[in-house]
Amino acid sequence: MSAETNGPLGGAEQTFDAGLPQRKRVAVAWHTLFLASTIIGVIALTALLYTVINQSFGLVAVQNRIEPASLAVDGVPLAQLTQEQYVAILQANLSPGVFRRYDSEQPFTERSRENLYALVLERVVQPRYVKTWPLIAAFFDRAAIETEVARDFPGAKLVFRSWVTPDFLRSPQASAPELAGVRTAILGSLWTILITILTALPIGVGAAIYLEEYARASWATRLIRTNITNLAGVPSIIYGMLGLAIFVRGAEALTSGAAFGLADPTTANGRTILSAGLTLALLILPLLIINAQEAIRAVPRSLRQASYGLGATQWQTIWRHVLPSALPGILTGTILAISRAIGETAPLVVIGASTFIVVDPNGPFAKFTTLPIQIYQWTSRPQPQFRNLAAAAILVLLALLLTMNTSAVLLRNRYSRRA
Amino acid sequence: MGVGMTAAAAGTPEARASHEARPAHPLQRRRRPGEALIQGFLAFCGVISIFTTLGIVFVLGRESLLFFSKPEVTLAEFLLTTHWQPAVGEFGIWPLVSATVLTSLMAMLVALPLGLAVAIYLSEYASARARNLLKPIMEVLAGIPTVVYGYFALTFMTPTLRTIFGANVVEIYNTASAGLVMGILILPLVSSMSEDALSAVPRSLREAAYGLGATRLEVALKIVLPAALSGLAAAVIVAISRAIGETMIVAIAAGAGPNFTLNPFKAAETMTGHIVRISGGDLSYDSLDYDSLFAIGMLLFLMTLGLNLISQRVVRRFREVYE
Amino acid sequence: MFANHQPIVPATIPAPNGEYAIEAQGLSVFYGGFRAVKDIALKVRTRKITAFIGPSGCGKSTLLRAFNRMNELIPTAHAAGAVLYHGQDIYAPDVDPVEVRRRIGMVFQKANPFPKTIYENVAWGATINGYRGNMAELVEQSLRQTALWDEVKDKLQQSALALSGGQQQRLCIARAIAVKPDIILMDEPASALDPIATLKIEELMRELAQNYTIIIVTHNMQQAARASDFTAFLLMDSDRAGTLIEYGPTRQIFTRPTDQRTEDYITGRFG
Repeated sequence: MSAETNGPLGGAEQTFDAGLPQRKRVAVAWHTLFLASTIIGVIALTALLYTVINQSFGLVAVQNRIEPASLAVDGVPLAQLTQEQYVAILQANLSPGVFRRYDSEQPFTERSRENLYALVLERVVQPRYVKTWPLIAAFFDRAAIETEVARDFPGAKLVFRSWVTPDFLRSPQASAPELAGVRTAILGSLWTILITILTALPIGVGAAIYLEEYARASWATRLIRTNITNLAGVPSIIYGMLGLAIFVRGAEALTSGAAFGLADPTTANGRTILSAGLTLALLILPLLIINAQEAIRAVPRSLRQASYGLGATQWQTIWRHVLPSALPGILTGTILAISRAIGETAPLVVIGASTFIVVDPNGPFAKFTTLPIQIYQWTSRPQPQFRNLAAAAILVLLALLLTMNTSAVLLRNRYSRRA
Repeated sequence: MGVGMTAAAAGTPEARASHEARPAHPLQRRRRPGEALIQGFLAFCGVISIFTTLGIVFVLGRESLLFFSKPEVTLAEFLLTTHWQPAVGEFGIWPLVSATVLTSLMAMLVALPLGLAVAIYLSEYASARARNLLKPIMEVLAGIPTVVYGYFALTFMTPTLRTIFGANVVEIYNTASAGLVMGILILPLVSSMSEDALSAVPRSLREAAYGLGATRLEVALKIVLPAALSGLAAAVIVAISRAIGETMIVAIAAGAGPNFTLNPFKAAETMTGHIVRISGGDLSYDSLDYDSLFAIGMLLFLMTLGLNLISQRVVRRFREVYE
Repeated sequence: MFANHQPIVPATIPAPNGEYAIEAQGLSVFYGGFRAVKDIALKVRTRKITAFIGPSGCGKSTLLRAFNRMNELIPTAHAAGAVLYHGQDIYAPDVDPVEVRRRIGMVFQKANPFPKTIYENVAWGATINGYRGNMAELVEQSLRQTALWDEVKDKLQQSALALSGGQQQRLCIARAIAVKPDIILMDEPASALDPIATLKIEELMRELAQNYTIIIVTHNMQQAARASDFTAFLLMDSDRAGTLIEYGPTRQIFTRPTDQRTEDYITGRFG
């Protein structure tokens, strides 16, 4: 080796053209690119939330079939009339058949004032939303909208409306967008999830315990593990087809409740809450098992050794020491899996969620709809009012998921602080 | 681990003590029927996952066989023709496959470059504070139900595309809108898997490169990225598999009705979209329509399973290099 | 990141005929609020081997990494004081750490070859720094200088990860000298190696010292005594910050230390 070429500095400066300014420019360009991509992700989320919120509030042009003002009696506005006067209005404006039907459902004499007022509004005043405008338009185009309403819908009144209201949560589904609500859908979701938790949680945790604590390293164990990983990647719609063939069709006698004499007489087929819950349970099982396995694996070995050292059996060790330590982790994983199940739509469509029900589901053998199904239905309707309803239902769904995920994060934080 | 423990702590001495010829003594193995029962139950739980897979294969396989055994349809027609019209007995899968490929391709165009860039930013550039802010946002994006994305595609992306390219070019239902939104849906999956792969690259390699006078970009692109390549490849494969199986976005925004086209602005129905639409209607068991759905499902299952198996193999090789 | 740094040295650098290659003045390094190294003043002689010794946690690695701004890769780390390189403070605001690291190279505790071929490993640094000469020659020359050429010349296109631990470490040294640095920092380069490989590395250092200034951190006192010309002894003070206790010719430090604590340490009376 020659001293000349090895000369640490003199030679080095001549043979290298580090071109740092150029490299720095390239670096800045790429850095900007990476940052921009990240910002695009953030923008996507913002656009999504913007779309939903924009459609959940806004202006509606309300047209009444009969103006409430014309129903005022002797100068007393409609809202302040007596029970008898409401009944009189109903009698005057409804066909005798319809009037009798309401009376036989619940006699008018026994109905409360509020109930009668609501009935007058629904059946006599009959407000219709002839057109809707989203939130942003309501703010920035108010004047133009007002002229448009005055021109196109004389007699209509322009009202600012939130589509998410207590009534929206309380009312069952209805064919008129003015009256529709998500009550049946929320109850359906809750019932379905209850079934899912009751089946998936014990099986999932059981499988995780088996794999982590009992299973020996054999080909069978490896098969189960690989299989679980693969199941986690199967599209959810395939689970729907499995549920359709196995639960809805194959086990119809059980899932319809016929075997127990509990079948819902109006349907009496397997497209029930039970089938939906079981299908979703199969769907989230791989996720649940993988999460629970991680939680169990995180329990220190020393804890097990201490327990065995005191002469505990394997199950005593698991039940009294391993599971309590792993519990927060398992719960966190379960909540995350459940929130995945709450948002699932495709498999439930496949196993046959009802498109239109107005009765509250009353048990595992009831037919059902769920919140995501409801959103799907409303989104698919051509009338723009249903877009607003879908947006409102999305807000409800997101609120539900946010609550669950927040509790999962809180749980995880508490857990990691202790650990 | 736990098993080895037990064998050492309890099993071995007991095993020695359990010779029948020996008289009873304090260390004699005790029967614990409760423990055995519990273990049996737990093993059963573990095996349920196998039953699930068998169930899927059995159900899809049986109905597909029924489908292909009908006189109206042959496997060759299914795989080789380009019209899917069950009403007139035409069962060529290609319109559905082409729509699936088209939407997935659009999704990948969005999700892969963006997801990778986000991953590089988060793993190589972002400060701890930026990371703590951005990662939850990505998690929120990942946690939003797909039906909401479908709504987003129809009420935001489609009008946007129609504004940009013209309403006469872009149909109300089109694969581009569905595909792009699907890309946003898959972005967090790509970015989190890629970030895992990037952060698994040992710190020492980064230090070595910095020590040679490399800039941060050169470290990221020329050292970290190649070293994480198989992990990134696995992320890509999983993302493709996810796109192929994604249902609600395409069911809402891509269109209803098989259409053999490669124009992303035209309506077309994907495999998943078709299954959802047909099964959402009144469907009688054992009809040709019913069975045809399972044949599509079988194809879907095989495609995603194949991709997932490949990605697992790739990941395993990645682990071998660094562990 | 976006700041437009100027190169620290003018295009023509004065040949390192100065007595000292690099000098720390009142240098402190912090990790967040914790001061890991405190008020170091130290002049490192050109084309000599200087060893940093001291008990674990005394900050000798941190000090070493302060000489080419490697600590900055840890987000919370920052330095105070000055490190003069050819009279220029490398911590001055207009100095680019990338330029610093090209001239002050580094070899790490654990061999960390890139998962690339042997050839690519050696050529990598030179490529990104725009080497204008014949790359194959540079690779051969660097590998010869680290006495690795004969062992690997037939498998240059094979993965560097297939080499033995000692070979990998020598490859990392070859990789460092291929960018023709001025100073080479070595952070316990032989601590993960067996005695024979260690010996080879020490011989190599001796060889390299004819052309390069070498600073080495070592746990192993025998290694410092055997291989270095100068030795700096560091110790934690009462705030757990590393301070320089004694610095001088190696022979003197190991035979006639002036400080009682140095004597305690080298005679093994120290934790």
